[in-house]
Amino acid sequence: MSTGFQLEESPTTGDETITNYTINFGPQHPAAHGVLRMVMELDGEIIERIDPHVGLLHRGTEKLIEHKTYLQALPYFDRLDYCSPLAQEYSYVLAIEKLLNVEVPERAQYIRVLFAELTRICNHMLNIGAHVMDVGAMTPNLWVFELREDCMNFFERMSGARMHHAYLRPGGVHQDVPEKLLVDIGEWIDTRLPELFGDAMSLVLDNRIFKQRNVDIAVVSKEDALAWGFSGPMIRAAGIPWDLRKSQPYDVYDRMEFDIPVGTNSDCYDRFVVRVKEVYESAKIIKQCLRDMPTGPISSSDRKVSPPKRAEMKQSMEALIHHFKLYTEGFHVPAGEVYVATESPKGEFGVYLVSDGSNKPYRCKIRPTAFSHLQAMDFMSKGHMLPDATAILGAIDVVFGECDR
Amino acid sequence: MATLHSAPRFTQIDGLKNTISKALGDHLVEAHEEHGELLFHVQRGSIETALRTLRDDFEYQQLMEIAGVDYPSRDERFEVVYMLLSVTTNNRIMVKCRASEDTPVPTVTTLWPNAGWLEREVFDMYGVLFDGNTDLRRILTDYGFEGHPFRKDFPLTGYVELRYSEDEKRVVYEPVKLAQDLRQFDFMSPWEGADYVLPGDEKADMPPIDDPKTTESPKQTGAGAKADEKAAEKVSADAPAEKDGGPDAPPPEPTEDQPGRKKRVGKTTDTAKATKPKKGAN
Repeated sequence: MSTGFQLEESPTTGDETITNYTINFGPQHPAAHGVLRMVMELDGEIIERIDPHVGLLHRGTEKLIEHKTYLQALPYFDRLDYCSPLAQEYSYVLAIEKLLNVEVPERAQYIRVLFAELTRICNHMLNIGAHVMDVGAMTPNLWVFELREDCMNFFERMSGARMHHAYLRPGGVHQDVPEKLLVDIGEWIDTRLPELFGDAMSLVLDNRIFKQRNVDIAVVSKEDALAWGFSGPMIRAAGIPWDLRKSQPYDVYDRMEFDIPVGTNSDCYDRFVVRVKEVYESAKIIKQCLRDMPTGPISSSDRKVSPPKRAEMKQSMEALIHHFKLYTEGFHVPAGEVYVATESPKGEFGVYLVSDGSNKPYRCKIRPTAFSHLQAMDFMSKGHMLPDATAILGAIDVVFGECDR
Repeated sequence: MATLHSAPRFTQIDGLKNTISKALGDHLVEAHEEHGELLFHVQRGSIETALRTLRDDFEYQQLMEIAGVDYPSRDERFEVVYMLLSVTTNNRIMVKCRASEDTPVPTVTTLWPNAGWLEREVFDMYGVLFDGNTDLRRILTDYGFEGHPFRKDFPLTGYVELRYSEDEKRVVYEPVKLAQDLRQFDFMSPWEGADYVLPGDEKADMPPIDDPKTTESPKQTGAGAKADEKAAEKVSADAPAEKDGGPDAPPPEPTEDQPGRKKRVGKTTDTAKATKPKKGAN
């Protein structure tokens, strides 16, 4: 569009073509969801290339685990993805149980599933709120944080800790849950959750601004989603009904009736909606758990794996010895290697456990969910605008405790 | 063995081990199954071909993870383990190959784009090289980090620590200094394969003495009149002190009485009165 209008001479003569900007996003940025540094190459406001630098929160968890007994290593898993601690413990505990081939009592299985689903709700509350806030809305985040607070209170009554529960144990769970807690959760699922969550989502789901920021952003085809190792809501939003709870059920998930929400367009909006729908599905599972949960023991009766009750210890010499041995030496796990993956709220969270027959893991490789998703950041953001990067990042649901380990 | 655990149950396909072993042919070193999981050990050089076969012919669409493991006692000390997942047959397998510090593993970024970071991580943590990976930078460790921290011979504490230096106004690296020794508790039962000797146990393995020492006559004990005489001998001229050390030192001056202090009444031993309860006190 040459109109004869002469542009003013630039002060640096002979430098008319504007080269690409390279900007630094993070590591301290509210939309980075933690300590993510991204080196972005921009053409104006269009993203040409993103090089995410991860590892700023690397704590060497896997190496630390090699120096602890199996039970001592358990609390490290809470500290990986600190938004859904129980889901990480789940994979680890199942991996140990697989190597030991130990049976878990039915009540413990129900308790695990119940609180794993509550963790999923708790996690999605954070992600949904943060995603909405990333693209400019304030109120829904404050509302869903109310629900997150409720979840935290339930967790506190379950284990004594709001965040780092260390509640699951090889062979069961740490302690039984009070009856009143189960009643309160049931009531909360029926009244407060649908009410408050429904209200918050009514502000977002049909909101024009929210849709403008998310629909058709970062569309990923089914083939790409498979090739890039997507899992969880990311792969479901791409239209692949893949959920480990359904396809590779663990504990009592095979007795639960629930649906897998699947996206149609595979964009950031679909990822968001999949998570919203999952909250309702989790609520369904929790209700079934509350309905069907039997009474009985909450941890394995195998005294070489799970400790005896305190009262028993005061009476029986053998129980006292078992307790002492379990909390000093720990149990020995037969040599072998397994890879166990569960459906964490963010996707497939796997643990590759190598045992050499001693009381410490020889190697414990943690498969984080965010690692593969974040790797696809470059390919998903190419050609989008700079502000879209925050929406894409929000829809990935990344937590760096887990990504960097 | 009956399955008691409740870990994820994926579809078990009959004869899968044999079918895959046959398809991999010469590339395969060993295949085995444990805990319902299939594990294929393949030649390092043909890992890419093997994984391509598995992806294209056996529908393992997803590469979920690449894990490194270090076995320092082996000739080729590292193992690189690939976890594959099929979303169509609902099955998982593991494929592994061995490598050493200077034998690179062919990259699989040609098959799955997400292998890039996974290989970078194994390189960063173990120093395994991946031939053909164009972007083999460190990923989790710090910029300018040296060494490969997950190797078994890398200490848990590391070699350097960093702090902010007020003098230099920047973050500086220093050799690691521990205020307290790193405590590595060993809880292994000494009766079940601990790799140290319990105090006192080293004597158990001592060979019996051929010529035991005996003391049959008093002579052999070294006691008697001769020894007594020897014991009475003085070692040095003036030991122990025999001579008088001279006049005693003068006693110290008595301390002065406090002037203006009231003379006390009664004897100090006269406490009987004080211990008797007063009448009507209670």
